[in-house]
Amino acid sequence: MMRLVLVGTSHHHAPVELREQVALGRDEAQAIAARLAEGGREVACLSTCNRTELYVAAGDVEQAEREAVEALASLEPDVEPALYRLHDRAAALHLFRVAAGLDSLVPGEGEILGQVRLAHELGTTGVLLDRVFRQALHSGRKVRAQTAIGASPSSVSAAAAALAEQVFGSLDGRSILLLGAGKVSEQAARSLRSRGAEISLVANSKTERERIEERLGDVDVVIASTNASGLVLEAAAVADALRRRKGRLLLLIDLAVPRDLDPAIGELDDCYLYDIDDLEQIVSETLSGRRREAERAESIVSVEAEKFHEWHASLDVVPAIASLRARAEEIREAELQKAESLLGRLDESQRRAVEAVTAQIVNKLLHLPTVRMKQAAVAADGVLYAETVRHLFGLDEDER
Amino acid sequence: MAELLFWPALLLYGEAAVGYFGDVRRPGGAGRAATWGVRLGWLAQTALLAVQAARDDGFPWGTWASSLSLFVWLVVSAYLIWGCRRPYRLLGLVVMPLAVALLVIARAGGGTGTGNASHYSNVFLVIHVGLVLAAFAGFTLAAALSALYIWQERRLKTSPATILRRQVPALATLDALAFRTVAWSVPLLTLGVAVGLVRLVADDDRLDALIAATAVTWLVWFSYLGLRLLGGWAGRRAAYLALAGFVLVIVVRLALPATHFA
Repeated sequence: MMRLVLVGTSHHHAPVELREQVALGRDEAQAIAARLAEGGREVACLSTCNRTELYVAAGDVEQAEREAVEALASLEPDVEPALYRLHDRAAALHLFRVAAGLDSLVPGEGEILGQVRLAHELGTTGVLLDRVFRQALHSGRKVRAQTAIGASPSSVSAAAAALAEQVFGSLDGRSILLLGAGKVSEQAARSLRSRGAEISLVANSKTERERIEERLGDVDVVIASTNASGLVLEAAAVADALRRRKGRLLLLIDLAVPRDLDPAIGELDDCYLYDIDDLEQIVSETLSGRRREAERAESIVSVEAEKFHEWHASLDVVPAIASLRARAEEIREAELQKAESLLGRLDESQRRAVEAVTAQIVNKLLHLPTVRMKQAAVAADGVLYAETVRHLFGLDEDER
Repeated sequence: MAELLFWPALLLYGEAAVGYFGDVRRPGGAGRAATWGVRLGWLAQTALLAVQAARDDGFPWGTWASSLSLFVWLVVSAYLIWGCRRPYRLLGLVVMPLAVALLVIARAGGGTGTGNASHYSNVFLVIHVGLVLAAFAGFTLAAALSALYIWQERRLKTSPATILRRQVPALATLDALAFRTVAWSVPLLTLGVAVGLVRLVADDDRLDALIAATAVTWLVWFSYLGLRLLGGWAGRRAAYLALAGFVLVIVVRLALPATHFA
C-alpha cells in the first residue's frame, strides 16, 4: 500500500537564513517534485517564505524519506538537523493544519491556502496525494467559513483599513490624503485602495502645508508618515477644516515616529485619530482573538484528519474486499450457468427475479464482512484481516 | 384568547432583551436566540392585535393603553427590518427592553385585553392615530440608532484596541439610517397631526397638553431634518438631538395621553 511521507522545515524549526537557502520558486518546486517522483512515486513540494515541505506517497517509506531528505540537503546541507519527518496520519494532519493557517506565523492567514493549491497543481500526484491535498484544501476552507480565525486584521495596514470601515462602512469612492510616502503608509493606502478608496493627494513635507490644509476639507482619510521632526498638522488646522466639512467624518492615521499629527486632534468632534501604537494594539488584540479561534479550528482539522486516516487505512483491505466480491460473483454466475437447463424454462421476468435474488443473497452475505474489514483497517489490523479473508476464501490461490 | 397571546409575546420580548445583553458579553448564540425571540414575540403580538381587532369594533386602540400596545408592535416591526441582521443586533439592547416595559405598562392600563369598544367613530381618527403612532415608532428606531452611534463613537474615541471585537454597523451607516428613518417619520407625523387638527376644528374642541407636547415633538424632529439638511448637523450632534426628540416621544406616549383621551 502507498504510504504518506512528509519531510520539511518551517519557521518553527529553522531561522530565515536557513529557510531562504531551501526556498524554491515555482519551477524549481515543480522540477524537484518531478525528479523525486521517478519510479512511480507521487510527490508535491510546498515552498513558501515560512516553509519548504516535500510530500511523498510511496510504497517504500524509508527510501522515500531518505531521498526527500537528500533532495533538501542538496540545496543546503545545514538544513538537515532542522528537518522534520512525519508519516501517514501525522503527515496528513500537519498538511491540514498548514492549509487551515494553524501552523502559520500569523494564525489563520489566508495566503497559505493558495500556496497549498499551487503545490498540488505543480506536483506529480496520484490517488493518495490528490486525496490528501483536496481534503486539506477543503479543511482550510471549512475552518475559514466556520470560525473567525481569518476575519480580523493581522497587520498595521489591514488594521488601518478595518478602522476606516468602522467609521465609513463601504470605502467605495472615499478619498485618501497621503502625507509622506513611507513603506507602511503605502501599504495602508494600498489596503484602503483595495477596498475601493482613492488616493486624492500625496504631499511630502511641511512646505505643502497650505495645500494640505485646503484638501482637509474634502478628503475622508489622512494617512501621515513623514520624516518631519515636528508636527505636520496641528489641531487648529483640522478644527478649521472640520467647520468646512459640515459634519462629514474624518479619519486620521498617524504612522510616523515622531508623530506628524497633533494628538489634540483626537479630542475634536467628528474626527478620529489613531497613531502607530493604537494600530499595533489592534493587531495584537486581533491576533489573540485568532489564537482563541484556533482552538475551534484545531478540532475541525482533527475531524478531517481522522476522515482521511479512515480512507487511507481502508486501502489496506480494499483489494481483498474487491477479490472477495469478484469471487462471490464468479460463483453466483457459475451456479446459475449450471442451472441453465431449469432456468431455460423461465420467462424473461422470472429469470430477472432469480438474478436479483441471488445477487441480493451474495450482497447480504458480504455486507458485514466488508464493514468489519474496513473497521479493522482503521483499528490497524486491516492487513491481518485481509490476509485471513484471502486464506479462508482461497483468493490468493485463484490469483496464482 | 388575548391572555394566551399576551404572555408569549411578553416572555419572548423579555427573552430577546436578556439575550441581547448576553450577546454583548459573548457574541453568538445568545444574539441568535434573541433575534428569534423578537420574531416569535412579534408574531404572538400580531395575533394578539388581530384578536383584539376581531373581538372589538374594528379599531380597538382607542385608549392610551391599547394604543401603547399598538405602538410597541410598530416599534418592533420597524426594528425587525434591520434587527435580524447581525451587525444591528445591538439595536435590540435599546429597543427590546423598551418594548417590554411599554407592553407591561399597556397591560397595566388594560390595553391588551378585549371588550374595549372603539372611541373612534370615523376614519379620520383612525388615520390620525395610525399615522402618529407609526411616526413615533420611526422616531424610536431613529433614537435607538442614534444611541448606538454615540456608543460606537465613544468606543472609537476611547478604546480602539478592542473596536473590532464586536460587529457593529459603521458610524456613517448608523448616521445615514437614523436620518432616513426620521425623513420618513416626520411627514407621517405632519400628516397625522394635520388630520387631528382638522378634527379638532370640526368638533370645535380645545387644545390640550398632549396636543401642545406633540407640536413641540414635531418641531424638534422637523428641526432635526432642517439642521441636517441645511445646517450641516450630522454625527454626534444629530444623535443627541434625536435622543432629545425621543424623550418627548416618551412624554407624549406615557405622561400626557390621559388628558387627550379623556
